[in-house]
Amino acid sequence: MISLSASDRSTSVSETKLEPGVQDATGAVQDSPPVDEAEKSRRKTPKQTPLPGEPPTVSVQDVTIVYRTTFEKVPTFKSAIVRLGRGERAVREVEAVNHVSFDVPRGTSLGIIGANGAGKSTLMRSIAGVLPPTSGRIEVRGKISSLLALGVGFNGLLSGRENVILGGLAAGLSRDQVEERAREVAEFAEIGEFMDLPMRTYSSGMYQRLAFSVSVHMDPDILLIDEALSAGDASFKVKASEKMSELMSSSRAMFLVSHSLGSIEQMCDDCIWMHKGKLMMHDSPERCISAYTKFLKVGEDAFTLDDL
Amino acid sequence: MTTSATVPDWDAELQVYEPHRAGIPPLRPYFRDLFQRLPFAAEFSRSGMKAAHSETVFGQLWLVLNPLMLALVYFLLVNVISQSNAGPEALARIVGGIFIFYFFSGAVSTGAGSVTTGGRLILNMAFPRLLMPLAAVRTAFFRFLPTVPVYLVFHIIAGGAWTWMMPLGLVFLGLLTLFAMGMAAFMATVQVYFRDASSFLPYFLRIWLYISPVLWSPELAESRFGHYAKLMVLNPLYSLIGGWTDLTLNGVMPSATIWIAATSWALVALVGGSLYFLSRERDFAVRI
Ligand SMILES: Nc1ncnc2c1ncn2[C@@H]1O[C@H](COP(=O)(O)OP(=O)(O)O)[C@@H](O)[C@H]1O
Ligand SMILES: [Mg+2]
Repeated sequence: MISLSASDRSTSVSETKLEPGVQDATGAVQDSPPVDEAEKSRRKTPKQTPLPGEPPTVSVQDVTIVYRTTFEKVPTFKSAIVRLGRGERAVREVEAVNHVSFDVPRGTSLGIIGANGAGKSTLMRSIAGVLPPTSGRIEVRGKISSLLALGVGFNGLLSGRENVILGGLAAGLSRDQVEERAREVAEFAEIGEFMDLPMRTYSSGMYQRLAFSVSVHMDPDILLIDEALSAGDASFKVKASEKMSELMSSSRAMFLVSHSLGSIEQMCDDCIWMHKGKLMMHDSPERCISAYTKFLKVGEDAFTLDDL
Repeated sequence: MTTSATVPDWDAELQVYEPHRAGIPPLRPYFRDLFQRLPFAAEFSRSGMKAAHSETVFGQLWLVLNPLMLALVYFLLVNVISQSNAGPEALARIVGGIFIFYFFSGAVSTGAGSVTTGGRLILNMAFPRLLMPLAAVRTAFFRFLPTVPVYLVFHIIAGGAWTWMMPLGLVFLGLLTLFAMGMAAFMATVQVYFRDASSFLPYFLRIWLYISPVLWSPELAESRFGHYAKLMVLNPLYSLIGGWTDLTLNGVMPSATIWIAATSWALVALVGGSLYFLSRERDFAVRI
């Protein structure tokens, strides 16, 4: 169920519930569904389409993001003094995202694939406005669910509900909205009484369920989901992908980071593949995924894009 | 679907994220956001206290016992060192002084760690970071509250004055809170760049305690240092804590110098500390 309490969205529940029969297609086996079936499911979902002359909902323009980490595990006065003696430079720079550009028009659900450390999470953080780009420019039109999957659960001593409430308040919701939201999240996540137990007692599956429920219940125009879809058991996966199809029609754009290539193929109609901070490919999910899997098989060195 | 009925204004909800030059973000939207999300700071502090069991009976008791024992130790020490029999009046001053100093040092040291321990919250959520040190100051304040009735007991024992001026002490408490906010923001920023700042901080705060009118009274300083005692206002806590003690314990109206010094220090720290924090905060996410 989508909550609408005092949000600035004009989509209504009835509108959202209009799409029929998505369930059968998306509810099917998650990993590697036949391509034609995925194609069908996409066609069935009524999506928003860009209005004539509308600029892209998200525009990433030549963005580079550099983390500055120190040589030491933690920067200290002591090490600063020691370093000064040796004449070393303090920071090591990690180029997590390297001159990446792409546009996401209204109605797009963009899959992001790539190996660990490719810079996917970093890119999501910068779209959410958490990390300012080191160079380049990002334009975003609409309210983002800046509650990335891992934003919830920052304090293991607090209960799931308290974490959700804190996250919602930080995202700028009012207290009433946030408590309402927490109830819906709890209901959706189906973690029962664990909702009110400290999060350190959660299994990783419960943790991810909660994270997913949170990111889909924050009523965003633009939905960012970072690796939360691998959440939990088969039945929750079905429920999760149903929820996503429902959201696809009401949200302006969706970003889905996942290692489950099947989910990407099923739910996205556009895809980027990142590797070591570089944008390797921006194409249909099918082509990106086949290039990526091929890349994984042959290994980095032997691979050039002409091989495709 | 959403905008079809309205005149297209594509940039109505446009947000642009660009590299920042070191500098202050636009202040008006920043503080609008900040005030709108104050409930977050309150909840963050409340749930943190709950996790630390500060809300249970024994938790509250501990919050009082801890500074109280410290005050008793200092009282003994002062008695031994000065070899005089300091009476209940001195005890009340030390207890009251330690309580309020504890509030200040608690605010600064929790505030110092507020960003570096913010981890996931800072990495994954976009919100005005200044809320983190503010939440720390709130926590310290709510830990200070249960000590107030205890102080009043000592006040009665010492036969302290009950005057209409006592409530004016709240002004100094407010000023000290503003000062603590500024210092917390400043230390939080410093600690992002130097993680061992937190291990120097206790020594620094200890020295600050000794040079502030907590264990000794301003009159004592005047009798001992003469003219140089005037330089004492250079220590912010001299006016902030001195004014508080004067009004609440001694029932004396602080001099104009004290009022002016306390107000100026509070504002300087608040503005300076916040601006320093603001100028760096967009850098925090890549450095945590
Ligand atoms: N907080 C951080 N500080 C320093 N380096 C980081 C930080 N987070 C990520 N990185 C580095 O940035 C690169 C990209 O990371 P990330 O965006 O998390 O990749 P992905 O989500 O695709 O696995 C990695 O090399 C990682 O080591
Ligand atoms: Mg990641």
